[in-house]
Amino acid sequence: MSDLYREQILDHYQNPRNYGTLDHPDRSFEDSNPLCGDRIRIDLKIADDRIVDIRFSGRGCAISQASASILTELVKGKSLDEVRELGAQDLLDELGVPISPARRKCALLSLKVLKAAAYGLNEWPS
Amino acid sequence: MTASKPVQLDVARIRADFPIFQRTVRDGKPLVYLDSAATSQKPVSVIEALAGFYRTSNANIHRGIYELSEEASIRYEEARARVARFIGAARSEEIVFVRNTTEAINMVARTWGASRLRAGDVVVTTVLEHHSNIVPWHQLAAERGIVVRFVDIDDTGRLRLDQLETFLRNEPVKLVAVTHVSNALGTINPVREIARLAHEAGALLLIDGAQSVPHLPIDVRELSIDFLAFSGHKMLGPFGIGVLWARYELLSALPPFLGGGGMIRTVTTEGFTPGDVPARFEAGTPSVADAVALGAAVEYLEAIGLAAIRQHEVSLLDYALPRLAEIPGIRLYGPVGADRAGVISFTLGDIHPHDVAAILDTHGVAVRAGHHCTQPLMRRLGVTATTRASFYLYNWEADVDRLVAALREACRVFGVAG
Repeated sequence: MSDLYREQILDHYQNPRNYGTLDHPDRSFEDSNPLCGDRIRIDLKIADDRIVDIRFSGRGCAISQASASILTELVKGKSLDEVRELGAQDLLDELGVPISPARRKCALLSLKVLKAAAYGLNEWPS
Repeated sequence: MTASKPVQLDVARIRADFPIFQRTVRDGKPLVYLDSAATSQKPVSVIEALAGFYRTSNANIHRGIYELSEEASIRYEEARARVARFIGAARSEEIVFVRNTTEAINMVARTWGASRLRAGDVVVTTVLEHHSNIVPWHQLAAERGIVVRFVDIDDTGRLRLDQLETFLRNEPVKLVAVTHVSNALGTINPVREIARLAHEAGALLLIDGAQSVPHLPIDVRELSIDFLAFSGHKMLGPFGIGVLWARYELLSALPPFLGGGGMIRTVTTEGFTPGDVPARFEAGTPSVADAVALGAAVEYLEAIGLAAIRQHEVSLLDYALPRLAEIPGIRLYGPVGADRAGVISFTLGDIHPHDVAAILDTHGVAVRAGHHCTQPLMRRLGVTATTRASFYLYNWEADVDRLVAALREACRVFGVAG
């Protein structure tokens, strides 16, 4: 088994957590990587500046989809201030596999979408 | 595909000429290089020609009144003559050195297109094209109001020549711009037939030869084409050198491309007069050493023979296609038959091609995954991307075996069932 596709990544890819959409999301955003076709949408339910519910949907490579699934588990229940503090390396650490420069945008698309949904910052997380 | 017995290439001996195969990748695995459609590896003779030029002949060309400059100029022009013979050009002045295929096509758009096309004129291209043979025409459409038409493919990946005929019959088509070999599907287009149709309608024919000149015997006069664009780096040569070929009379009637040194006859404070062909199209100091090394690449290819290289790639296709077809969940794209080059695009179950390529990479197998700069074709095929393996003279059956084994591993990792 290759380093990149350890059990955790495959598990989240094949059994994504918090997958789907919310009926009446407070915030919602969708984005894609046009070069590889990865697409992620994230819906948020927010109460008292805290993410009380989250769903993601989309399609693309295993890294982008597993990363989104892992991210939803990471931020559910967190405050928007805590999400603001979340950096690229935090998510890469959660993935627990080596991400090559070519796959970085796959791995970070979900975080980009989350930040755009949460507070309108539409740029690649650093 | 073909019943004729190939002149067997001595692949082990060829591989010994390519230093890259001495290295390993991904923790000691031998390199299985199946991405020659993106760029080829380089034989030692090309590497030595490039380094040797800088070591012993380096000087700027065409102006220096001293031995080194004369020598550099001679070697640059020898390379031009060698490339001209290689593609059957009538004279070496028909070879314009550029950076790559993209620059060659843009030069046609910016010189011939900008001087000959008016609003409403039609350029016909195809859905098989690389973006480099689409975007320059879109640019002319935006700037000058020309119309760009696209010939579709049938479900086997072959061009719909009936559509081409309809465009040629009903519209003011001035240029047909088509790839000789599809970089994504490997389709070999019937260039002679397309040339006949275009010329009967009074249109010129531009051929994107990026994927054909390195792999097939080409004779521009026998094919009856008007413009041919190709890149050195896909044919064992270095990066940064490519070729635009056109008939001398056609080139002579075109305005210059870039302005600057080398492309002029005279310059005054009032204006300039352009120089002769091909200098008119080579403003500024060209990639002299790269051109010389391209000459060495052509020499290497000629020594082995393009017909033998083509036969070798056909044998590899014959070996690979049935073995790939047995892999669970695989979908192979592109035509099967004599009009297929050594390019194999596929998808594997619903695994994203980037994941397929990443698994292959862990086994030392280098392939391309993505849209291959052919987004209209990907849309036509109903996919966002494919994985692509492509062959050249240094590949052998062992490479195919390693590809197949790694793809079976990808199936296992992602649970693709048969």
